[in-house]
Amino acid sequence: MKPAPFSIHIPDTIDEAVTCLAEHGEDARVIAGGQSLMAMLNMRLAEPSILVDVSRLADLKTLEIGPDGLTVGAATTQAEVFHHPDLATHMPLIREALTHVGHIQTRNRGTICGSLCHADPSAEMPLLLATLGGTVTLQSSTGTRTLSASEFQTGLLETAKQQGELCTSAHFPSLPSSAKWGFREIARRDGDFAIVAMACIADKGTVRLGIGGVSDTPTVEEWPDLSTADIPDALNRLAWKMGGYDDIHASARYRRELVRRIGKKLIEEVLS
Amino acid sequence: MKVLQHGQKHMVEFTLNGEEVEGFAEPRMLLSDFLRHEIGATGTHVGCEHGVCGACTVMMDGKAVRSCLTLAHQAEGRELRTIEGLETPDHQFNDLQQAFHENFALQCGYCTPGMLMTLSELASTGKRYTEAEIRDALSGNICRCTGYKEIVDAAMAVLGDKGQVAAE
Repeated sequence: MKPAPFSIHIPDTIDEAVTCLAEHGEDARVIAGGQSLMAMLNMRLAEPSILVDVSRLADLKTLEIGPDGLTVGAATTQAEVFHHPDLATHMPLIREALTHVGHIQTRNRGTICGSLCHADPSAEMPLLLATLGGTVTLQSSTGTRTLSASEFQTGLLETAKQQGELCTSAHFPSLPSSAKWGFREIARRDGDFAIVAMACIADKGTVRLGIGGVSDTPTVEEWPDLSTADIPDALNRLAWKMGGYDDIHASARYRRELVRRIGKKLIEEVLS
Repeated sequence: MKVLQHGQKHMVEFTLNGEEVEGFAEPRMLLSDFLRHEIGATGTHVGCEHGVCGACTVMMDGKAVRSCLTLAHQAEGRELRTIEGLETPDHQFNDLQQAFHENFALQCGYCTPGMLMTLSELASTGKRYTEAEIRDALSGNICRCTGYKEIVDAAMAVLGDKGQVAAE
């Protein structure tokens, strides 16, 4: 349970960081808070030869919360976002979801961008990025590009981030004031990765449901006109469409059943 | 750009419980191992080594963090506090430690340093906490003797919203 040997490169600027990433390709991994990567290193599920530590880059320690939403830099911790005085006003759904992200000790170091790049299928922040229709900004030595959640989230622990690219920030748009929302998740223990996590947004008759933990990437389904009587059928079709996967925590069948049952409770709660 | 080469030991310096400490660590060395094996501060315990059990919790710049999910070199220049730093200047238990003692909040004691360091972040805010908030904070620390009831009682005695229990 000790990491394999690696070198640490500590860049002083974003440019130095991306140059270093371009030079070393797949041998290099970015570390910010390290709350996903360190566990992978300790278990030797990842054995990079170079860690590029961006946690002290002031240009990545950005945080803006306003009527347009939340824009968070790659070195800003989940705790810094959680404790921002305007979070509850503008991004209450993010605030609620953050309470389910690990524990206070991991949120004190873990970053939102790190969670997005780790792309665990049951993690809350990728789910919120997909459900809210957020974007991720990637920088390399040749330029910058901004991807939507669906472009960025390509698979289980996989994203569209290419070798040589650094995720510099992520943006989560806020909800219209008329929108209602809810968040629920099922985990074996408080703070564990969810077996199934769900975020629901209802606005002007449209219901949007984001589901994590069932497919390889967060799934977002939108129903333009969903009556209470239609909810069970709609969720049953969605559950079968998503399929689900078996792992040590739960069977695919159990995950589909959670989509039906927890999904129904959540949508009814949001519509009530 | 600073580069710390693998296979070589590089100096790490930080403040530990108010004193400047330094030692040498390979880039891959965990903060938990650095504290225990290089500094000799063995009060910080190591349990799961992948961030689940909370036994290795220390305070870094005033925040409770997992020292097994932090590299020794990431502590460079930081201010660390561990279980060894909790005692009062005259070497007595601080309020949290005393409350653990009085409420039988430990049996084997393996999880205790982590529990106390997590609660120390709460204590540092000067706020009062509900039992639900205390339980949420402690959800990141696992006790296998399962004295959670007593641990929560001890935490509530010092940090709880029902007022402080007077020490006997």
